Amino acid sequence: MKIVIIDYGAGNIQSIKFAFKRMGVEAILSDSKEEIRQADRIIFPGVGEASYAMQKLKKSGLDTVIPTLSQPVLGICLGMQLLCNSSKEGNTQGMGIFNVDVKKFEGNIKVPQIGWNNISNLKSQLFEGIPENEFMYSVHSFYAPLCAEAIATSEYGIQYASALQKNNFYGVQFHPEKSSKVGAQILSNFLNINSKK
Amino acid sequence: MLAKRIITCLDIKDGRAVKGINFLNLRDAGNPVEMAKFYSENGADELVFLDISATEERRKTLADLVLKVAETISIPFTVGGGISSVEDVEILLKNGADKVSLNTSAVKNPKLITELAAKFGSQCIVVAIDAKQLHDEWIVHLLGGKVATKINLFHWAREVENRGAGEILFTSMDHDGTKNGFANIALTKLSEEVKIPLIASGGAGNINHFVDVFDEGKADAALAASVFHYKEISILELKSELKRNQIPVRL
Repeated sequence: MKIVIIDYGAGNIQSIKFAFKRMGVEAILSDSKEEIRQADRIIFPGVGEASYAMQKLKKSGLDTVIPTLSQPVLGICLGMQLLCNSSKEGNTQGMGIFNVDVKKFEGNIKVPQIGWNNISNLKSQLFEGIPENEFMYSVHSFYAPLCAEAIATSEYGIQYASALQKNNFYGVQFHPEKSSKVGAQILSNFLNINSKK
Repeated sequence: MLAKRIITCLDIKDGRAVKGINFLNLRDAGNPVEMAKFYSENGADELVFLDISATEERRKTLADLVLKVAETISIPFTVGGGISSVEDVEILLKNGADKVSLNTSAVKNPKLITELAAKFGSQCIVVAIDAKQLHDEWIVHLLGGKVATKINLFHWAREVENRGAGEILFTSMDHDGTKNGFANIALTKLSEEVKIPLIASGGAGNINHFVDVFDEGKADAALAASVFHYKEISILELKSELKRNQIPVRL
């Protein structure tokens, strides 16, 4: 199985590569459209600021490639947010896979949310064998509100969508690569998802 | 619900773990990668590596260590000590560190916080503040607490937040090494002053101190070293006790 981590200069991708390595599988970093199209599984990471990351994707033309992919794609953190319609962060237009607009946390809570929060209302093969309310590590100031495509929810001042799915596209707000054994199980589930390709 | 975090700190010198007592009298305490693995499998929510080496090779030694740690553990970790430039941070993040922590360099050049937050995002910029009370005022200290500044702790905390720090790691020099509990009054005041998460450090001696730092001190995370390194407190037992006290933890 060929796993490609999209390398567009956004954030800590070494950790994701190492997480797969600990599972005994090799993932390659690539920004090549050909290589990405041919992969069996694609990880779309992202750390940092939304409009800056989107600019980078546009520059490389990946913003038009990613929405056309037919194999399982997993967006992580900002990667998930960029797959949404839009983000309040830098008023960024997203790739519009998930029909939801990303907002900023407000109210009497600490921002960014940093730490381990539990995930509930789990749906989809991505969470097979994962008990309700397991803790996952997250670091973020923006979130996807609850919506039809939510496959996990978390609470931080409000209830929000901590994971999304539409067809072959999956997105998680948390960092499975940094979430101990449960995170590794989610990555392993992603590799085991049935897919046409 | 967001859990309160328990963080273990490893002091690093020339690629090896040491433990400073009141920032003095260092003694060797083991292989940092093995220690990191042990803690990540035994309940720690996060790790902090604080490099105190002073050799010319320190940059490379630390970068190598970060790579080995990132390969081995699957929980987040922060690296601090002697970080003073964008290049320093770039290497550490590229090698797999999740966050970096600035201390003296941020006080000497506050613009560095702004610059780093803009380039790498606030989420990976921790500002560590060491302070102690002088004539009833909390004063920021530098170089591991050895040098006093004229800066007020709460003013500085607000400034680092405004400049884009994602978290503050506050060490009370008055409490560090005493094992008499954390600086809960100063911590409560800090949590009223800033909206970013606060990590409390200095003073952990027993399990009740952790209950207090979350209940009274309103801390988001508590950091300790020796009580964990010398196995005076087991993190798993600590967390069970926190849970019994209705404090949300990851167990």
